[in-house]
This record gives sequence, structure tokens and C-alpha cells, in this order.
Amino acid sequence: MWAALAVAFILFMIAVKSKLSLAPGKLQSILELYLQMIKDIADDNIGEEGDKYLPFIASLFLFIFFCNLAGLVPGSYTITSQLVVTGTFAVSIFIMTLIIGISKHGGHFISILVPPGVPKVMVPFLVPIELLSQLSRPLTLALRLFGNMTAGHILLGVIFGMAMTAPMVVNVLPFGFTVLLYGMEVFVSAIQAYIFTLLTCVYIGDVIKLH
Amino acid sequence: MDVGAAALLAVGITAFGFLGASLGMGILFGKMIETVGRNPNSEPKVFKFLIIGLALVEQFGIFSLVLALLLLFR
Repeated sequence: MWAALAVAFILFMIAVKSKLSLAPGKLQSILELYLQMIKDIADDNIGEEGDKYLPFIASLFLFIFFCNLAGLVPGSYTITSQLVVTGTFAVSIFIMTLIIGISKHGGHFISILVPPGVPKVMVPFLVPIELLSQLSRPLTLALRLFGNMTAGHILLGVIFGMAMTAPMVVNVLPFGFTVLLYGMEVFVSAIQAYIFTLLTCVYIGDVIKLH
Repeated sequence: MDVGAAALLAVGITAFGFLGASLGMGILFGKMIETVGRNPNSEPKVFKFLIIGLALVEQFGIFSLVLALLLLFR
């Protein structure tokens, strides 16, 4: 975990130390591309106040991405494949949205539970459903990341075990499949980091705008 | 039947969870291809939604895997 943090940190430090020039070099342009992508996500979902949360969102994405990727190195361990870790991420982001909402809207924050344009009669029925849906957000966020990482590793383990116990002639097929699965794992780790970041931005935007 | 056998049977039944996930992905891809067919310029924008939709739909297939693991290792 500290290795993943260290990689992300060192990448940025190298880029910034060599003075930021207007005509960027290779590493700097990659990082600018990345920051542009994060800014697009934040602007789409949070609106005009997105700039305040940019550093957090950018570091969140890189952190999760490198943690996921670190599990693919042979002999290393994926920390995001533990429900406790992803649960901690999700719960802390949920608490963060609560704090942002309450500090911005005060007591009026409870009105987030009532969707707009609903006739007054239906409100007592809708409030428990909305409450449940709001409370299930950190749960699904945690389960999504945990499930994807764990499922990928288990699948890799099972298929490669099949490749090891099969006789020599048939060995190529499960082995080739393992290689393909490995590629897909890299892809999935990037996508899961992106989805986590995107959903975080959506939840923050939801709380700030109150529908 | 004893608990172990029932647990294994339940693990087998959770395999039906993939039905919904694969159906969802098939529908998504079909709609994507139809949209790109109607309006080829919209391809970069819709591609982003395709990837997001795929990850979210696949999640439910993976939930069923998590359920199966839970049943298997208790």
C-alpha cells in the first residue's frame, strides 16, 4: 500500500521538480492529460464548485488504480481485495458527503430524501425508500471494488490451477486463457478505479446540488 | 440433507446470477451499436457511457460470486 502511494507520489514529484514549462515534456503531458480527465469528471458531476475537490479526487483515483495494479505483480498482495479496506474507503467517502452536505445546507439537508416534483401524499412512502437508497451507496461502493478484485484473483487462481494439473498436451489452452485473463485484470483494475472516482463525484454533486 | 450438502447446492444455484448480468451487457452493446449506426459522430461520447454501464452491470454478476463464496466458506 505504501509502495502504491510512493509510486504515485514520486511520479508527480519528478514531473513538478523539473520546472513546469509551457511546452511540456513527455511525463508532464501525460500527467496533464490525466488531470484533464479528472477535471472533466468533476466538472460534469459537481458543477462549478468542482475545483475544491480536484486534489482529493485525483489522488483517490491514482491511489486505487495503483493499489489494484500492485496485486498483479507476482508474489504481491492486493489490499483492495479485502472488504475491510474498501469498506473503509466507502464509509469515509460517505461521511465526507454527509459533512459537506450538512455544512453547506444546515438542517435543510434532510430534504435530500424527498425527490422533487412528488405529490405530498406520496412523501411518507417515498422517504424510507430514499433513505434506504442513500444508505446503500457506501455498501455498493465497497462491494463493487472488493468483488471485482477478489473475483479476478480467484478466477486467475482457478484457471491457472487447471493449467498446472492438466497433462502437457492440453496445457496450452488454460495457460493462454490465463494470459488473456491477466490482461483483462489490468483493464478491470483501471475501470474499477475510474468507476469509484466517478461515483464519488456523483455523490458529492448530488449532495451539493440537493437534486 | 445436512448443511454442507445444502450449502453446495446453493452455491450451484447462485450461478444463475450471471444470467441477468450477461443479458444486461448484451442489451447495452446492442443499443451502443444501434446508436453508433444512426449517428457515427457520437461514438466517443457514447463509448464512455458504455464502459461505465458495463462495469455497473457486471457488478451484479460479481455480487452473485461473492454470495457463492460466502456460502462456500461458512
